[in-house]
Amino acid sequence: MSKISEVVQRARAAFSSGKTRPLQFRIQQLEALRRMIKEHEKDIVGALTADLHKNEWNAYYEEVVYVLEEIEYMIKKIPEWAADEPVEKTPQTQQDECYIHSEPLGVVFIIGTWNYPFAVTIQPMVGAIAAGNAVVTKPSELSENMANLLATVIPQYLDRDLYPVINGGVPETTEMLKERCDHILYTGNTAVGKVIMMAAAKHLTPVTLELGGKNPCYVDKDCDLDIACRRIAWGKFMNSGQTCVAPDYILCDPSIQNQIVEKLKKSLKEFYGEDAKKSRDYGRIINSRHFQRVMGLMEGQKVAYGGTGDAATRYIAPTILIDVDPQSQVMQEEIFGPVMPIVCVRSLEEAIQFISQREKPLALYVFSLNDKVIKKMIAETSSGGVTANDVIVHISVHSLPYGGVGNSGMGSYHGKKSFETFSHRRSCLVRPLLNDESLKARYPPSLAKMTRH
Amino acid sequence: MKSPPAASSRPSAKVRHPARAAPPQGPAQSRTFHNDSYPDRAAGQSRDGQQEGQLGGASGASGSPWRYSQGRGESAREGGEPRPTPPPPCRMDPFADTLRRLREAFSSGRTRPAEFRAAQLKGLRCFLRENKQLLQEALAQDLHKSAFEAEVSEIRISQNEIDLALRNLRSWMKDEKVPKNLATQLDSAFIRKEPFGLVLIIAPWNYPVNLTLVPLVGALAAGNCVVLKPSEFSRSTEKILAEVLPRYLDQSCFAVVLGGPQETGQLLEHKFDYIFFTGEAGGTPRVGRIVMAAAAKHLTPVTLELGGKNPCYVDDDCDPQTVANRVALFRYFNGGQTCVAPDYVLCSPDTQERLLPALQTAITRFYGEDPQSSPSLGRIISEKHFQRLRGLLGCGRVAIGGQSDESERYIAPTVLVDVRETEPVMQEEIFGPILPIVNVRSLDEAIDFINRREKPLALYAFSNSNRVVKQVLAQTSSGGFCGNDGFMHMTLASLPFGGVGASGMGSYHGKFSFDTFSHHRACLLRRPGLEKIYSIRYPPYSPRNLRLLLVAMEARSCSCTLL
Repeated sequence: MSKISEVVQRARAAFSSGKTRPLQFRIQQLEALRRMIKEHEKDIVGALTADLHKNEWNAYYEEVVYVLEEIEYMIKKIPEWAADEPVEKTPQTQQDECYIHSEPLGVVFIIGTWNYPFAVTIQPMVGAIAAGNAVVTKPSELSENMANLLATVIPQYLDRDLYPVINGGVPETTEMLKERCDHILYTGNTAVGKVIMMAAAKHLTPVTLELGGKNPCYVDKDCDLDIACRRIAWGKFMNSGQTCVAPDYILCDPSIQNQIVEKLKKSLKEFYGEDAKKSRDYGRIINSRHFQRVMGLMEGQKVAYGGTGDAATRYIAPTILIDVDPQSQVMQEEIFGPVMPIVCVRSLEEAIQFISQREKPLALYVFSLNDKVIKKMIAETSSGGVTANDVIVHISVHSLPYGGVGNSGMGSYHGKKSFETFSHRRSCLVRPLLNDESLKARYPPSLAKMTRH
Repeated sequence: MKSPPAASSRPSAKVRHPARAAPPQGPAQSRTFHNDSYPDRAAGQSRDGQQEGQLGGASGASGSPWRYSQGRGESAREGGEPRPTPPPPCRMDPFADTLRRLREAFSSGRTRPAEFRAAQLKGLRCFLRENKQLLQEALAQDLHKSAFEAEVSEIRISQNEIDLALRNLRSWMKDEKVPKNLATQLDSAFIRKEPFGLVLIIAPWNYPVNLTLVPLVGALAAGNCVVLKPSEFSRSTEKILAEVLPRYLDQSCFAVVLGGPQETGQLLEHKFDYIFFTGEAGGTPRVGRIVMAAAAKHLTPVTLELGGKNPCYVDDDCDPQTVANRVALFRYFNGGQTCVAPDYVLCSPDTQERLLPALQTAITRFYGEDPQSSPSLGRIISEKHFQRLRGLLGCGRVAIGGQSDESERYIAPTVLVDVRETEPVMQEEIFGPILPIVNVRSLDEAIDFINRREKPLALYAFSNSNRVVKQVLAQTSSGGFCGNDGFMHMTLASLPFGGVGASGMGSYHGKFSFDTFSHHRACLLRRPGLEKIYSIRYPPYSPRNLRLLLVAMEARSCSCTLL
């Protein structure tokens, strides 16, 4: 048996022992996780700096805070969410107990990714633990430092059998996917998402796939462009554009394109100075392959700002492209880099059509002071989620599910949705084994008992 | 032990037994459908090009029973242009036009308004009301289903779901506001329920009305366009679903497609926005996997309602007759062909001794001295399943029943004892009127036995002791659970119906149907103001900002991630 197979079997045996059933156990594990985060803050920041040029602020604000809040929320709510949920009864079941009973699924696989390597790996884990599962975690090998850190510290704080960390690349992930588990949560890209679902189909394992897409950002003529552009710049260029819910491209009327460019530039200078390369707050591209890819997307485009890069440090300047042709390469794939194309459309309807003709994205953004515009945009498109008049922040509301639709994914998590995703909600009806006379009518022979409408 | 009745002494049945009908006749039975570009099904034999514009000719050289019939849509063309030369038949995709049409209808937004959806649901309601007799006859032909069973387990359940959806449609469609915290008080945060788009529903033969219409209710209520693939095994019902049902619905948004495994495979190569599959016994895990793998190619989310061996634990502390009545009712209902039927009993040898005569009493009470002549007992759907079940009669020892009649595909209500775990009857989902009893020496042993196996769709525990019932519940897993009765839990629309593990994924019924067929879109509507508060999030980042953030986190006075 391979090492990975052993690890998974051990996790399953630990789950089958019933250890994770008591709520107190789960809460203790979450508290241990919280301690781990607090005691290893510096190491977490160090790993993020090494992997992605993130600084202390990025680490906390964009990753650690999410996870800590999720842990708090989960600890508080576990007793409520794990409790049996009574349901409405029918006339025939008035004397019975009718409820939904939440149970853990068993062994959950979490396959993380590299762009927010701490948050996207640990936040799902929080929900899976809270729901009472064993969790096998596979951080992304691309964010090597974080992967090593997690493999080192998690076993020091959490139950080693129940919550193992597996590191490695494609061969290890493939090996892992051969093992049977009870739910897989994968964060990553569409192509690999299909591979994961295919592998899951062999075992009839349900999946949650957090994928990506080109998240459109429609900027209406009727909006406060200063605020809009500042918010867009913040969301787009954080982590050097490597955010699955970043606004991927802007749609706007040609008459405001120049203003948008100017205001984006202004915000970028406020954020990162004249030369973002010197800013402590500006990220780097994860590796050379992605660096080349993103640089390639700029070829042949009209550059209004930026457009340069440095392969040695994997730095790409914050870049704005204008008058972008929808057929060009930069509009064919998820950019996942600090390049903001602006595509001109002449009306809201044209913007809606443009969006609807494409794959459903993970997020959609619309900036307008006019509620009707916002309503229409939302009503006539689809996406995983929406924020109006800001970007990204819908994913930070615990009571909103975070997930995609169509090519951008299936299933969702965060907060209560995490708990539900990693639980089986089992329908239960319990009646007394009383005298059967009252139920006589349902037994055959039944010809005489046919009711007629 | 009953001796098999002589065939000649059987009273003439009120309904024609499909088993005794000759094999399907072929092209004489013309099937005309109301949807354009919709293949005619010639039951395994080639057609003779009887329909104008039909492709392929008489030779059936392409091998497929499908013929692509053009013509209906063409006749509406203006200008009297000549018909285009039909493309060669071999690589034809019989579904492409239908699917394109439905997608276009969805994109047009037709299915979005509540009025449209309500009209579809009302259409379904009329369909049931106006064709009740027809459906009962079809169910009798397909499964020898009694009028009572048809009413209770097919028609009424479907009607109730339609009524529930109509009553609640607008409230289900409403945006679901979510709790906000301090930082989001001025924002609007809600979940918008949206249709996925084009939904495929693949239905089985055992409850061909219920398991087709109930998912359909959810898919239509949620605003989707639907392709329905009823089972080819329940032929009479299939015919009504294909020929009559579409008349009650807007056919630009709804289509029925027919065929067997080959056609279903072809259908599954297309992209759908949601696939709802209810499997059939015997091969459900395998077919479930095939459906999910096909869905994976297009990243299509799925609900799979599969099956399993549903254990039925009977405690020593019980009244055997009450237990026997309930177990027998739910086991032999629909000839045992129910995905949530108790599949096998686990009990001590002592309890078995008490149960056996009680089961015999129940069977006699329900089906008379000669169950074969009872109108309350169903028949096996097909020759293949009949043979499969007849084979299972050889397992263990027949304690009750055991008779069979091939000409009617009849299997007597049977109880088997002395059954070993390794025998076929304990290896596959039975899906027939056979109930094996397996002995265990204790509750713990029963629970171990259950947990060694795949998670079933349903699980039953009978005991006077609530503690025992709750212990079984707590220490096992299954799609659903009922203490002290059969599949009553399915009759509540307020309980989600679905499997777990090998018995399936996802669930439906009532509001759960609506939610299953909807994408739950997270929406946050912000105002452009309050920029000062949010400015803490913008670079350049200072140690001061970080300290502020950490203080706020410690105080937990707000959700900091929202800044």
